[in-house]
Amino acid sequence: MKQYFTRKLFIYLLTFFIAVTIDWLIPRFMPGNPVQVLLARASLHAEAAKEMYSYYTKAFGLDLPLWKQYLNFWIAIFHGDLGTSILLFPQPVIKIIIRAVPYDIFLLLPSILLSWFAGNKFGAFAARTKWLDNTVLPIGYILTATPYMWLAILLGWVLAMVFPIFPLAYASSPAMKLSFSWIFIGDYLWHWILPFSSLFLVMFGGWAIGMRNMIIYELEADYSHYLEALGAPRKLVRRYAFRNAILPQVTGLALQLGIIMAGALVTEVVFSYPGIGYLILGAIQNQDFFLIQGCFLFIIIEVLIANFLIDVLYIIIDPRIRIGMGGKSA
Amino acid sequence: MTKPKKRINEILYFALKNKRLRVGLIVVLFFLILAFVGPLLTHYQWDAYVGPAYHPPSYEYWFGTTTFGQDVFTQFILGLKASFLVGIIGGGIGTLIGVLVGFTAGYHGGMIDEFLNMLTNIVIVIPTLAILLIISVYLKVRGVLIESIFIGFTAWPWAARAIRAQTFSLRSRDFVDLARISGIKPLKIMFTEIAPNMMSYLLMTFILQFGGAILIAATLDFIGLGPTNAISLGLMMNLAVLWGALPLGMWWWFVPPGAAIAAIVGALYLTNVGLDEVFNPKLRKL
Repeated sequence: MKQYFTRKLFIYLLTFFIAVTIDWLIPRFMPGNPVQVLLARASLHAEAAKEMYSYYTKAFGLDLPLWKQYLNFWIAIFHGDLGTSILLFPQPVIKIIIRAVPYDIFLLLPSILLSWFAGNKFGAFAARTKWLDNTVLPIGYILTATPYMWLAILLGWVLAMVFPIFPLAYASSPAMKLSFSWIFIGDYLWHWILPFSSLFLVMFGGWAIGMRNMIIYELEADYSHYLEALGAPRKLVRRYAFRNAILPQVTGLALQLGIIMAGALVTEVVFSYPGIGYLILGAIQNQDFFLIQGCFLFIIIEVLIANFLIDVLYIIIDPRIRIGMGGKSA
Repeated sequence: MTKPKKRINEILYFALKNKRLRVGLIVVLFFLILAFVGPLLTHYQWDAYVGPAYHPPSYEYWFGTTTFGQDVFTQFILGLKASFLVGIIGGGIGTLIGVLVGFTAGYHGGMIDEFLNMLTNIVIVIPTLAILLIISVYLKVRGVLIESIFIGFTAWPWAARAIRAQTFSLRSRDFVDLARISGIKPLKIMFTEIAPNMMSYLLMTFILQFGGAILIAATLDFIGLGPTNAISLGLMMNLAVLWGALPLGMWWWFVPPGAAIAAIVGALYLTNVGLDEVFNPKLRKL
């Protein structure tokens, strides 16, 4: 178990290292002077352009030797210095991002966990139940193939425009102040429902189908047939199948994280929900490089932490790793 | 020579009998034909202002017009074509890298396996979107091709993992040992001994990569990281949301692109399950 953790931790640290290096490398690696590229794409006054030029050159540290630029980049990161935003000048990028992250977490965490549990339960239940398999699972296929933003757009259109039940945009009413009162929480939840449901539904389809397929594989495995031959009740056989089938689903969760993050970003864009996704859209439109760079780092960090939590979960549900037998996943 | 033919006949029999496979293939073919025949049905440019703005679907404008009076049907057809292109190129590259990495890691084992495994794990964790985010700031003109290549280069890890596991189980079989003792080179063993035994698996990997690439491309296009010089289904939705199609109730602008993606990718997944049932007799019970 210790070896398992050391290994994982090593991979994550290495990944973080590479991600930061990419973050540093790309502006310098691309053709042309990065500062000029950035300024050419932002339409600015001549005077503002000049000021921005000197700001960027200093911020990138382009006048230093490369190794020193790289070192400074790391030092800055550990000081939480990710540069200054242009979109929301003169706020530091780190502050903008930290303000946005809670919205992300409260949206992502419940939708990922709930869809994962519900999808797995439902998929296991539907497998080899003919009428469910033929009626509800096709819906699962459509759901999992639906682009996140499209379901969000549809839900927004039907439930906020055609039938104006829920608000179409923002995380709370503009008149509301951020506070821990019941009125605010209610208002927040009211705005939260649509983005949450669209994320939940798309993911739910994927998990249900994955689980259904895994259960069918497990029910065809020798141990299941043996149990059946011994006359074990159907429920018991299924319980064993479920415990085995859940493992690839946990791995699947780790594999899907990148896609889920991307899905959350576009959902936020549709609902103007003030998380990192919405920030990114503004940053791209305004060529706010430091904000993009910062969002990149935060997405990586979020995904790394989530991966680590999944590894812990894996240990809890797979006893083979706990007693040091390695388990089948690398 | 009779044996392989018989096997193919058997596969064809089960393939034609399989409802999931039939439905999936028909839907994909329908959109594929639409993407190639469609340009003949429209005489507009996708970005030309050809008609009245906010026009709902009519005889003249099949899918209506945008806020600026562009023809939505034209955009839809061209977007469809772009999606298939991304699927083929992105999915193709993803599968190819996955196959190469998976084969090499699974066949050689040892240090090579360790290294490739680490590489795979690292690429899994870094999301495509994040990488493209950074790169796109500096690429002034991005085409569908470049986008597909980026998608291919970041989408391969899960395929590599799955193929590695398959190779691993095949490489210790007798026929592979025999080939090895006969002095056949590893590369040739991979392609003449191991690959044919997982052809069905590779086909299914490609189908999933194909669908995945289309979805990723739509996501990227939607936040403005897609092609800068062409229309795509994701970009259509992006424009629709940006220019107020939701408050204005212009459903004809945002419903078709998403519906097409959902239908194509869903049909691909369905095809995949159908194929699985065709190749794997154990799953045929239902």
